[in-house]
Amino acid sequence: MALALQNFSTVKDANAALKAAGTRYLGGGTLVVRAANEGDVSVSSLIRSTEPALSAITVSGSEVRIGASVTMAAIARHPDLTSLSHAARAVGGPAIRNMATVGGNLFAPAPYGDFTVALLALEAVVGTDDGEVPIEAFLAKRESNHAIVTSVDFSLPVDGGFRFLKVSRVKPKGVSVLSIAAVLEQAPDGTVSSAHIALGCMADRPMRAKAAEKALLGRKLTSDGIAPALAVASDGTSPITDPIASAWYRNEVLPVHLGRLLLA
Amino acid sequence: MAKVPVQFTLNGAEKAEFIDSGTTLLHALRDKIGDTSPKGGCHQGTCGACSVIIDGELRLSCLTLAETCNGAAITTTSGLSQGGVLHPLQRAFLDAFATQCGFCTPGMIIAAKVLLDHTPDPSRDEVVEALSGNICRCTGYEPIIQAVLTAARSNSQNAA
Repeated sequence: MALALQNFSTVKDANAALKAAGTRYLGGGTLVVRAANEGDVSVSSLIRSTEPALSAITVSGSEVRIGASVTMAAIARHPDLTSLSHAARAVGGPAIRNMATVGGNLFAPAPYGDFTVALLALEAVVGTDDGEVPIEAFLAKRESNHAIVTSVDFSLPVDGGFRFLKVSRVKPKGVSVLSIAAVLEQAPDGTVSSAHIALGCMADRPMRAKAAEKALLGRKLTSDGIAPALAVASDGTSPITDPIASAWYRNEVLPVHLGRLLLA
Repeated sequence: MAKVPVQFTLNGAEKAEFIDSGTTLLHALRDKIGDTSPKGGCHQGTCGACSVIIDGELRLSCLTLAETCNGAAITTTSGLSQGGVLHPLQRAFLDAFATQCGFCTPGMIIAAKVLLDHTPDPSRDEVVEALSGNICRCTGYEPIIQAVLTAARSNSQNAA
């Protein structure tokens, strides 16, 4: 491996350096150093910023800002983010969680990127040195992003409003067959008034299950109530095939696991 | 390739080296410093054989660049025994036949040490979770889990 690491105290300076050919941003290293170890010769130089804001978690009321360099382990142990700790703990084993960052997870290809599935359901906003972008738009064009991600912002869901499920074959920490995150709000009569559902491994990057979201509105979270949503759960999906599961299998089991999550 | 100075504490001893920029901590430890206890398994962050403790946190040395460890305190399995006496975890692994080929053993012991440092009396599930990033392909996990639980009991008895 022939790499050179350049450290910058500000994101702005790091961003400028990142414009050079062959450079990649180094977060926790679980993606880019792995790529270099695997022989990715397109990486010749690594850029890193040590700006403190990148490592900060700020919670103000229900508003949360997580710096891009914050690790999964830091999220999992943060007292104000207990509703998300399950999703953060879904990422890798303990060592990976001490290294993998929020910013890096946004770029993790399927079957990785489980925490990004949670952020997508939470409708997070991705902050970059060039401005803020809704996460769905960011993910759609993440390969062409040339600005360093600095933070993710979102509102904490109401108590019990966030649900997350990672399905894996190897317990307790295999990679995902699929992952599902849902942010649900219910009216006083128990019907669903708002639904955001995000899926992992059902495309090359996390995606929203918009047909299922629409089908849930006005319905109760009962077997009969969620049936229309399960029927359209796979709409628009294009699952990956990997050694863990085929695309066919992922499509077959998605309604089963979505049903379990909604009825939990 | 540019050489960069790196200083850190390895198993309590000061180390100062000039390394090629971009060198992983695993390579620096094994090839430059001569501590071969972290093993190079997958180099992808999957197997846990290269696990080390950096400033109290379990990390993978194959995915950590050595120059990002400036000023850090690093612990490897080779630093656990004191005065020729094995660490309780090392003794428990031997006594419980928890090591067969031995390749995964240093990483397993390091992962277990971090667990016991924070949770001296873990449940079986907590041991399983703590070792979940470490792959063994010959010993089988049950003897390893039992060894960690035995070491934990040994620690609590010593503390009592």
